[in-house]
Amino acid sequence: MTAPLVVFFVLAGLAVIGAVSLILQKHPIHSALSLIVVMIALAGLYLLLGAEFVAAVQIIVYGGAIMVLFVFVIMLLNAGVEEHTSISKMAGAPGLLLVVALAGLVAATIVRSTDSIQGTIETGEMSSTLGISNMIFKEFVYPFELTSFLILVAVLGATVLAQREKS
Amino acid sequence: MKSFLTTNAELVITVVKIALLLFIVLTVNAYLTWFERKVVAHMQSRWGPHRVGPHGLLQPLADGVKFLFKEDPTPAGADKFVYYLAPLLALALALTSIALIPFGPDPIRLFGHDIYLGIAPPDVNIGILALFAITAMGVYGVALAGWSSNSKYPLLGGLRSSAQMISYELALTMSVVGVLLMAGSFNLKKIIEAQAHHPEWGILGWNVWPQILGFFCFFVAAVAETNRVPFDLPEAESELVAGFHTEYASFKFAMFFIAEYTSMITVSCLCSIMFFGGWLSPFPASWTFTHYLPSAILIPFGLWVIWDGIRYETIFGRIILPGLGTAIAGAGAALILLPGVNLFIQGPFWLLSKILVFLFVYGWMRGTLPRFRYDQLMAFGWKLLLPLSIVNVIVTSFVILARMTWGAK
Repeated sequence: MTAPLVVFFVLAGLAVIGAVSLILQKHPIHSALSLIVVMIALAGLYLLLGAEFVAAVQIIVYGGAIMVLFVFVIMLLNAGVEEHTSISKMAGAPGLLLVVALAGLVAATIVRSTDSIQGTIETGEMSSTLGISNMIFKEFVYPFELTSFLILVAVLGATVLAQREKS
Repeated sequence: MKSFLTTNAELVITVVKIALLLFIVLTVNAYLTWFERKVVAHMQSRWGPHRVGPHGLLQPLADGVKFLFKEDPTPAGADKFVYYLAPLLALALALTSIALIPFGPDPIRLFGHDIYLGIAPPDVNIGILALFAITAMGVYGVALAGWSSNSKYPLLGGLRSSAQMISYELALTMSVVGVLLMAGSFNLKKIIEAQAHHPEWGILGWNVWPQILGFFCFFVAAVAETNRVPFDLPEAESELVAGFHTEYASFKFAMFFIAEYTSMITVSCLCSIMFFGGWLSPFPASWTFTHYLPSAILIPFGLWVIWDGIRYETIFGRIILPGLGTAIAGAGAALILLPGVNLFIQGPFWLLSKILVFLFVYGWMRGTLPRFRYDQLMAFGWKLLLPLSIVNVIVTSFVILARMTWGAK
């Protein structure tokens, strides 16, 4: 086993454990912490793929800003341990079906792919900041600007809602 | 054993470097508390620490021993796991950020290996971004400590801290974009080299002149990120007892303390590197006589310590201080006699001097500025710093665009 492969399995394992723990934890703060572990493990995987910029941004935006906001809100509301509602039997059946479908999809993809599992993959253009900005501002400039516009609208909407509450 | 050392040389060198840097940083941390207390004390017409050792020089040691031997109670109803995790997280992240700082331009050639000063290899492409990623995670230490203590004052401190971090991180990141545009790289080494475009300009070539607005925003936001005066609302003594670390005692408190001082060092390093030329000398490159400046400072300082030491009131001081002074003056004299070493330490010397100036500024602010009110803090971050840093980015971009279009070069 090569060193990158070992790192891959450690990070992938961390991500999976974090994701499972996110669902199983009783307290919202513990769930949020598990989600942070997932985010950081994903950033590590991006780093392994040679996408340094994406990895750093993943930690800054998701690990830092967004999750801090989650933790802040949970702390502000002082949310306690979740109470278990009586689990509906009906919810279990479609859930199980979805799990099987998803697992089948992932397994099919792995089986059909001819490449063996590699620790590092050359990502070419996407790896450098220059490559990413060239893609965003040349090739995908219209989708990018549309997304920005959408976010701007959402920000304006949030401001309007917050102000209405004040008066 | 020998074959292990030769085959894993890179690994061994890195581990030794980590151990060495950890030792240096922790020692500097300890004496930083002494330095800051002295600075603040003299600004307020006091003596500061003066009892333990000559000039209070052993005070950090006494503090360390006190931290180790104090009782360490855990509050009832605390979330044990998170309560123990928080100081660990704060300390680990603060120390990790130091690993990304390059401390000198040239490698030392030792046993056939080029050893760079600083742990991360100098060609890390995302240097500054990685640093921001680590500091962005730093808030969890404070926020989780406040929450897990199961106590109202720490919770308020934790809440204030997260709100403050969210507000100031935007300005912090935006304020360096100007520097990044001018350097064209995230690499800290390249950012410094970009400031040496005109070797004869010396201090005038540094980023702080074209980026004075960016520097202002960066420094204010960085002070807010490290929770120092005047932005120390998360631990405001007069309002929240001790804020987020009220329920922490003994070494867990010391871990928060070390984390805070380490992040002060990181911010000082970043300010020096991005705006004040890092290891570049403020004098034009042709003034080679300035290379004797380290000696010119060390020798008189050593002599002064000797002179001060022989008249010191305690016998211990009369032995220790002249010894210390002789060592300092001897180091200064050795630098004159060893031109190769002298040339090598020029870079680290300037970087460390700049870092020391910023650490002094931290103490200066603590001694002179009152704390912000919470609404002032928010208004300052969102209504002044963020717009200013965005204006800085826009102006810088236009200037660079104009230069590229009409070719100033």
